[in-house]
Amino acid sequence: MTTFRGANCGLGAKPVCSVFTDTGSNATEGSGGVEMRYEAPETMKAAVALLASDEHGRVLAGGTDLLVQLRADTIEPSLVVDIKKIDEMCAITRENGGFRIGAAVTGAELGEHEAFKSVWPGVVEALELIGSTQIQGRATMGGNLCNASPAADSVPAMIAAGAIATIEGPDGRRDVPVGEVATGPGRTSLRAGELVASFLFPEQAPRTGDAYLRFIPRTEMDIAVVGAGVCLTLDDSDVCVAAKVSLGAVAARALAPEAAAKALIGTPVDDAALAELSRAASAAAQPIDDKRGTREFRIQVTGVMARRAAETALARAKGA
Amino acid sequence: MTRYHVSATVNGDEIDFLCEPEQTLLDVLRDELHLTGTKEGCASGDCGACSVMLDGRLVCSCLVTGAEVGDCAIETIEGMADGERLHPLQQKFLDHAALQCGYCTPGLLVAAKALLERNPDPTETETRYWLAGNLCRCTGYDKIVRAVLDTAAEMRGE
Amino acid sequence: MSAAEDLDYQEKPHELKWVGTNVARTDGVDKVTGRARFGADLIMSGMLFGAVLRSPHAHARINGIDTSRAEALKGVKAVVTRNDFEDQPSEMIQVGELTVNIRDVIRNVLAREKAMYDGHAVAAVAATSASIARKALKLIEVDYEVLPHVIDVVEAMKPDAPLLDEKQFTDGVDPKPDKPSNVAKRLEIKLGDVEKGFAEADVVIEREYKTRPVHQGYIEPHACVASYTEDGQGEVWCSTPGHFLVRAITSRLCGIEVSKLKVTASEIGGGFGGKNIVYLEPLALALSRKCGRPVKIAMHRSEVFRATGPTSGAHMKVKIGARRDGRITAGWAELMFQAGAFPGSPVFPAAMCAYACYDLENVLVIGYDVIANRPKTTAYRAPGAQISAFAVESAMDEMARALGIDPVDFRLMNAAKEGTKAAYGPTFGPVGQVETLKAIKNHPNYRVPLGPNQGRGVASGFWFNIGGETSVTMNVNDDGTIALTVGNPDLSGTRTSISVMAAEELGIDPERIRPAVGDTTSLGFNFISAGSRTTFAVGKATVDAARVVIGELRARAAAAWNIPVEAVVWEDGRARPASSNAGDFEPLSLEDIARDAKKTGGPIAGHVETNVSGAGPSFATEAVDVEVDPETGHIKILRFTAAQDAGRAIQPNLVEGQYQGAAVQGIGWALNEEYIYDERGRMENPGFLDYRMPVASDLPMIDAVIVEVPNPNHPYGVRGIGETSIVPVMAAVANALEDATGVRIQELPLSPPRVLKALNEKNGS
Repeated sequence: MTTFRGANCGLGAKPVCSVFTDTGSNATEGSGGVEMRYEAPETMKAAVALLASDEHGRVLAGGTDLLVQLRADTIEPSLVVDIKKIDEMCAITRENGGFRIGAAVTGAELGEHEAFKSVWPGVVEALELIGSTQIQGRATMGGNLCNASPAADSVPAMIAAGAIATIEGPDGRRDVPVGEVATGPGRTSLRAGELVASFLFPEQAPRTGDAYLRFIPRTEMDIAVVGAGVCLTLDDSDVCVAAKVSLGAVAARALAPEAAAKALIGTPVDDAALAELSRAASAAAQPIDDKRGTREFRIQVTGVMARRAAETALARAKGA
Repeated sequence: MTRYHVSATVNGDEIDFLCEPEQTLLDVLRDELHLTGTKEGCASGDCGACSVMLDGRLVCSCLVTGAEVGDCAIETIEGMADGERLHPLQQKFLDHAALQCGYCTPGLLVAAKALLERNPDPTETETRYWLAGNLCRCTGYDKIVRAVLDTAAEMRGE
Repeated sequence: MSAAEDLDYQEKPHELKWVGTNVARTDGVDKVTGRARFGADLIMSGMLFGAVLRSPHAHARINGIDTSRAEALKGVKAVVTRNDFEDQPSEMIQVGELTVNIRDVIRNVLAREKAMYDGHAVAAVAATSASIARKALKLIEVDYEVLPHVIDVVEAMKPDAPLLDEKQFTDGVDPKPDKPSNVAKRLEIKLGDVEKGFAEADVVIEREYKTRPVHQGYIEPHACVASYTEDGQGEVWCSTPGHFLVRAITSRLCGIEVSKLKVTASEIGGGFGGKNIVYLEPLALALSRKCGRPVKIAMHRSEVFRATGPTSGAHMKVKIGARRDGRITAGWAELMFQAGAFPGSPVFPAAMCAYACYDLENVLVIGYDVIANRPKTTAYRAPGAQISAFAVESAMDEMARALGIDPVDFRLMNAAKEGTKAAYGPTFGPVGQVETLKAIKNHPNYRVPLGPNQGRGVASGFWFNIGGETSVTMNVNDDGTIALTVGNPDLSGTRTSISVMAAEELGIDPERIRPAVGDTTSLGFNFISAGSRTTFAVGKATVDAARVVIGELRARAAAAWNIPVEAVVWEDGRARPASSNAGDFEPLSLEDIARDAKKTGGPIAGHVETNVSGAGPSFATEAVDVEVDPETGHIKILRFTAAQDAGRAIQPNLVEGQYQGAAVQGIGWALNEEYIYDERGRMENPGFLDYRMPVASDLPMIDAVIVEVPNPNHPYGVRGIGETSIVPVMAAVANALEDATGVRIQELPLSPPRVLKALNEKNGS
């Protein structure tokens, strides 16, 4: 028999989603585990309060990693907090000449945002490389970052773009560079009760181009074996005056090797500079052998992907 | 065990169901609503057999929880034909022998329909990339791609 | 005796009306609307959800299993372990092209003394929901004593390798060994004298090859529903290519009479041989027997990879000798195949097929069946033939290069043809190897100019095909339509092809025939849908059944007209007098005779129970163009042409689909698919994310060329066509890689790290 337990803890879940308890069974009975609760708050404050209240809570954005981990029993959260009902997490807005992207914006939504796509095509192409069309309808940039896979596609592109993550938590709001959020496989620098709320892409300098490229064995559906994001800015005489290079899947977290960026800065991004970029990128890579590729392969291909991404970024900077 | 009460629209019908927080939309469709046309191939978003439309977006129903779909509009393979009349894609899949065992077919049809709604004139390459998330092990995709392109041409009136 | 054996066969009509055309699939609408019911789609009243506990160890003794905590969990209704099944004696039974030992089958269904591989079933539960069933698994405590394990075939053959079965002594070796071994069997296929042949050779190519285990990769996970009732009757609904086999094994393992178990085959979401053995059904039936409620078990994809039917990984040595004029003088090979945890790899068919494409005087193939801590191998589309073909056809390509002869011409010079004595025994009747080679040579794809980093590869393949036990019933309904019941699950449209042949015989529109796959109570025994037998063997039996029906229809007409039955012929769906001498009567249609059947002797039916022989072997030749990224080693497939002998294509679009699907499975095997194990022997990639099957964007269109050299042993010339097209693919891709880059790789898959490494070595960097 089921008995009505009432509205969803007063946290603003839509009235259509109320909770029943089946008194015929008790989640903790015999299982030793705690029953998982689903909450869908409508405000950031409520989300933070929920996460702060339960150290085994997890954020549910697109769910494309979380649900796989749940089904594989690699995680057993006692609470999932669905953040998609919080407006600001799902919004794309202009801010000081740049863009603010909610952490729960999906790849498909970002790809359909012509203004953002025209400024940051590399970021969009990175996010759109994650999984299939079906995954694109769900997967989010916030989820991709906080899942903290070293192979996350959007992360090198965001690092190259100089994106800032805005984090909300019990102690308020703080901004950190995207590269400082993931600290290792499955680990982040987020504190208890914190969640990534949005990303700020600052106003872009004129004649800037970005690109992201990855190597996968197939043409779709794989996890990056090597990923490379490049963002570069040219002056009026086509000399590179600023550059950022970020590499994915070749270390415990995305790298941003200075030497690789320096290989481009002050050059016309000619063959010699690209060759130096390639060398520097390969030298920075610290990959492992795993089921997706060998260390040797990854080191070599890192240079190739960085060079090819830089070529695309260069063409975009010149066209911009 | 806590069960969540959810109201949603499935193939135009208003429905209510109870689900556990771990249950996916795929579990709900199959086990609670008995809409078994949507298939499980991997339960990890890698095969597309469970493709459905969720508020106009193509998704893997194995990667959506049942609790999330309150107030949402869901479309499954069971809602694709118009009464006795097959959707043009369904007819072309038959005409082109674009199915063998038929297990991936519902997901592929839902995905292909989503493609043609967005892009009535896709190239072969666009079609192949759009459908890259739908694994088929029987056909080698050749006849599926031909069926989709032929449907698009027919729907454009060519 | 079969009624068909008494038949007064009529001349077959010369003009074929339906055979060779594409007709609407009888299961088509159900499959495009989501109505078709597959293994997991049956919902029964009171049904429980089952789940299987699997070993996390590659090799471990099971000292104890404590299920008490799981049984105490609310919602759990039954738990089964090895204690719920009687042990089975050693006895060989036939499964598709492979043979299995029932002692091993019970151990594979549920571990007994030891867990033999990561994913091996150890216990099963049934509960009121899937989530409770999964929770219950975590409460089962298994006392494992982890043992050393071995995965690789070469390692497993070493004398000091961890021993999987202390009672196994290598079969086929004289004298009988005195020490147990992981080598279950040694076998030989021999023709002529290879030493003499190599002595006559001007050029000898000798190479070693390695392949990894790959999975059939059907999209539907294994699933079944079982129900056992208080009167001792059982029912099973399951996804299988052979429900009669499921009945045989499940009744045996559960200790019930065959007549007390009814098995119904659901629609089957792909199998490719991987569903030829039984995993879940005995567990579900035993659970149902314990709690009196129907139990559904559906595997998760990771279980499919870890516990079910991959094919062997292999290590192979090949030596081919040829004269400068292009004539092969000898072919030799040594094939070492992983069988998985129990004997029964496809090394025998691999040895049979290794040189079957060629007309050779001297052949010696030695095979080893070797057990290792991997799931028991199951058939996979032309089992074994694709593996040995990768080795032999790669070496053939090198030989053609060494001799400076075009690879198609070299194969034509040596091609098997009518009258060729195959090393494995038979002398071929009419066969199509020469025709498939010519089809490739004459195809426009073979002349497309290649650009930089592009290359073209060719290879041939062979599969012998089978017949087997078949039962068919054809009932004439009172409106003159036909209810056709066959006993072979339909994986790809076989039901429709079979009704097309029935329509051709009866002279009626195929739409007036409703074919169905009957359950095990409705027909005599049927061998499984395997070995490319279904359209050939069930088609042949159906033609025979139609001829029985026609004989009866003629008899009814003869009686109505009061003339001898010999004076009545059946044409265009009607009985008419054979000539004006026989009398002047208005023809009687099938409808006319059916309508009056009650008055003329009762219902009209034809049924045939037979063991079909005369399967025609099928050859294929394929050409592939690739482009290699020299900086990453990535191979892109540009063009693919598959030419295979169908005997006769009953429905061309379905035949093309078989060639295309087989080609793409081969492409996956060639490029990326492989089982990857960690150091503890656990599979690291049990999902579609990292077990990388081809996706739509990886591929071009696949050009299928249907060659037709009719099989004289089938009324419409049909050969089995489901398998051969996978056989040449891996070698063809490796040959194209060498053509593009000058790099020869003798190990699958041709994954980017392996290709790039080889390119680096060639470039000296």
